[in-house]
Amino acid sequence: MTEQIDKALAREYEAGFVSAVESETFEPGLDEDVIRRISEVKGEPEWMLEWRLNAFRVWQEMEEPDWAHVSYPKIDYQAVSYYSAPKSMKDKPKSLDEVDPELLRTYEKLGIPLVEQQMLAGVAVDAVFDSVSVVTTFREKLEEAGVIFCPISEALHKYPDLVKKYIGSVVPTKDNYFAALNCAVFTDGSFVYIPKGTRCPMELSTYFRINEQNTGQFERTLIIADEGSYVSYLEGCTAPQRDENQLHAAVVELVALDDAEIKYSTVQNWYPGDEEGKGGIYNFVTKRGVCHTNAKISWTQVETGSAVTWKYPSCVLKGDNSVGEFYSVALTRGRQQADTGTKMIHIGKNTKSTIISKGISAGKSNNSYRGLVRMNPGAEGARNFTQCDSLLIGDQCGAHTFPYVESRNPSAIVEHEATTSKVSDDQMFLCRQRGVDPEKAVSMIVNGFCKEVFKELPMEFAVEAGKLLEISLEGSVG
Amino acid sequence: MKQANFSKLALKALLVRLRNPLNMSNENTLLSIKDLHASVEEKNILKGLNLDIKPGEVHAIMGPNGAGKSTTGYVLSGRDGYEVDSGSATLDGEDLLEMEVEDRARAGLFLAFQYPVEIPGVSNLEFLKVAVDAQREARGEEALTSAEFLKIAKEACKQVNLPVSFLKRGVNEGFSGGEKKRNEIMQMILLQPKLCILDETDSGLDIDAMQVVANGVNSQRSPERSFIVVTHYQRLLDYIKPDFVHVLADGKIVKSGDASLAKELEAQGYSWLQAEPTEDELED
Repeated sequence: MTEQIDKALAREYEAGFVSAVESETFEPGLDEDVIRRISEVKGEPEWMLEWRLNAFRVWQEMEEPDWAHVSYPKIDYQAVSYYSAPKSMKDKPKSLDEVDPELLRTYEKLGIPLVEQQMLAGVAVDAVFDSVSVVTTFREKLEEAGVIFCPISEALHKYPDLVKKYIGSVVPTKDNYFAALNCAVFTDGSFVYIPKGTRCPMELSTYFRINEQNTGQFERTLIIADEGSYVSYLEGCTAPQRDENQLHAAVVELVALDDAEIKYSTVQNWYPGDEEGKGGIYNFVTKRGVCHTNAKISWTQVETGSAVTWKYPSCVLKGDNSVGEFYSVALTRGRQQADTGTKMIHIGKNTKSTIISKGISAGKSNNSYRGLVRMNPGAEGARNFTQCDSLLIGDQCGAHTFPYVESRNPSAIVEHEATTSKVSDDQMFLCRQRGVDPEKAVSMIVNGFCKEVFKELPMEFAVEAGKLLEISLEGSVG
Repeated sequence: MKQANFSKLALKALLVRLRNPLNMSNENTLLSIKDLHASVEEKNILKGLNLDIKPGEVHAIMGPNGAGKSTTGYVLSGRDGYEVDSGSATLDGEDLLEMEVEDRARAGLFLAFQYPVEIPGVSNLEFLKVAVDAQREARGEEALTSAEFLKIAKEACKQVNLPVSFLKRGVNEGFSGGEKKRNEIMQMILLQPKLCILDETDSGLDIDAMQVVANGVNSQRSPERSFIVVTHYQRLLDYIKPDFVHVLADGKIVKSGDASLAKELEAQGYSWLQAEPTEDELED
């Protein structure tokens, strides 16, 4: 069966094409001048530049973390270009008609038509291409509801007070090496503000696309859900197939004020590199949300891409009765390495968290779950439930679980369940004996394994995620 | 003695044909196994198996543990690890042994498992639809709509006395032994195979569950469909009446007869039929 699986996993990466878009790209290299130029191109206020420069100084003092269960050659940060934008974006288009058709075609090819009439009803999209946001759809409709959904570079001009108040409030500059780098050089990303008591009238989503060679993508997303509001947000990511590794170091900050709820879903399909592990995206991402009283943040992620993933979407349950959730499917194959999980920090009383993690390893890949559950002394009556399941396909891959539990409150309850299973020969034989071909059988078994997570995704995207998984496993037996 | 046995078999075959005089395909053999030798992990299990089954016939294969009863089902269905060393097996004249597992299933071979495996998270309904769709597609038929399929699936549930809620549960997930076996029969009813191999479907069943399973099987008996009922005990054959009974010992059929042979075996056991041990085995 292993042989069949290997053969299967040698499938093509469908989003691996390069778009012929003329770009303005900075020379590789990073120093204070580069940061000044980024800030200047974006026309940023002085305080933002100072914030960036401070982060750069902090970053220079820090060391790249090496505790994750991944290995990759040392990154030369001076060989990366920190800014790339399609030339046609110089005078930002005011409507879709003014957007470079090649860009629209790129997104269409990825299955994300930006022409509103053709879009999934009820989903607003912000499309980020290399370092800049290309277009944001349905803005007027959102504005009617008072919802702000725009590129963060634009928010800096239009809503400086909101940005200034919240940026870095959840993930401080010093948080970690990659977050500090992001603070210094981030170029674009999405900004969302949902006013008090408002239920966002549609799903919001951002599609990130890396196109240019030797460019890093450093996006920054900031979502603020004011008291009693609700928003569901989804991000998707792809990149062309290239032999060099490319760096993606994003920061996402969520703020759920009292009684607010944020549902954040990710379908990550960055280029994973080839069978031998050549090329692929280094996905070093910091995602964290803070929940105030009675607030809820729910992270759902489906991770199938990237050569190396280092990512722990977390919740700081600051307010009493707040709720944090983490639902994850991480699929690795070929030589992919993933070290992913979550942190649930219980500070308030009666805070609750749920972690459901499904790791699927195939080929010669390594898939690790790393999760921290911390019950602070004040977390009276707090509860956590963690379920961590690993599924192995073939016999050359690895699945690892690193749970950390710190409880400083005797009334807190922490539960952890973990299982490891294999797509068994018995299961494959049952499916095939009923007439199902082996590829379909593997994808059905894997989809079944992930069901608990998929049901957390917004419906349209659950279908998408299922398909993505199917494509990722295509030919995995045969 | 041998002579008498043969004439009895010939009579039986004649009776089967009389039941369905117009179906010309009855003249053909559905399954033909000739001098089949097969091994598992380099150990010879089947040592010259011969068996011909015509459409509509029910054959019971009995025999002591380790005789190769389950192996026969696995070899015919093409399970990995079951190596055919020599001999042939054809289904409807097609070389079964050259086909992939799924193609044998699509050609009409169905194996009801002794120990049905669980597939967590995949609903029975989804699993059944995928299987039925795959087989229809192979026959060049259009896939059923979800509504059409649900209707026939509900009907199949009824036939094996399973509540419709079973369609929503994960495949065999948390099913009792009896429920798993009934689920196998439900799959058989939905897939409408030409040849059904029931591998010790009676093991672990109480009388009530066995009756449900037997009723399910009997409802599917038809002039076009044949059965191989593999069992260790005679009691299942009280409910599923076989046309022929074969005793498998040490990898080949050592005795064949009609339903009365099963009674005989029940009374006398298998030891009187066991073949002499070979030199190989004596060395083991």
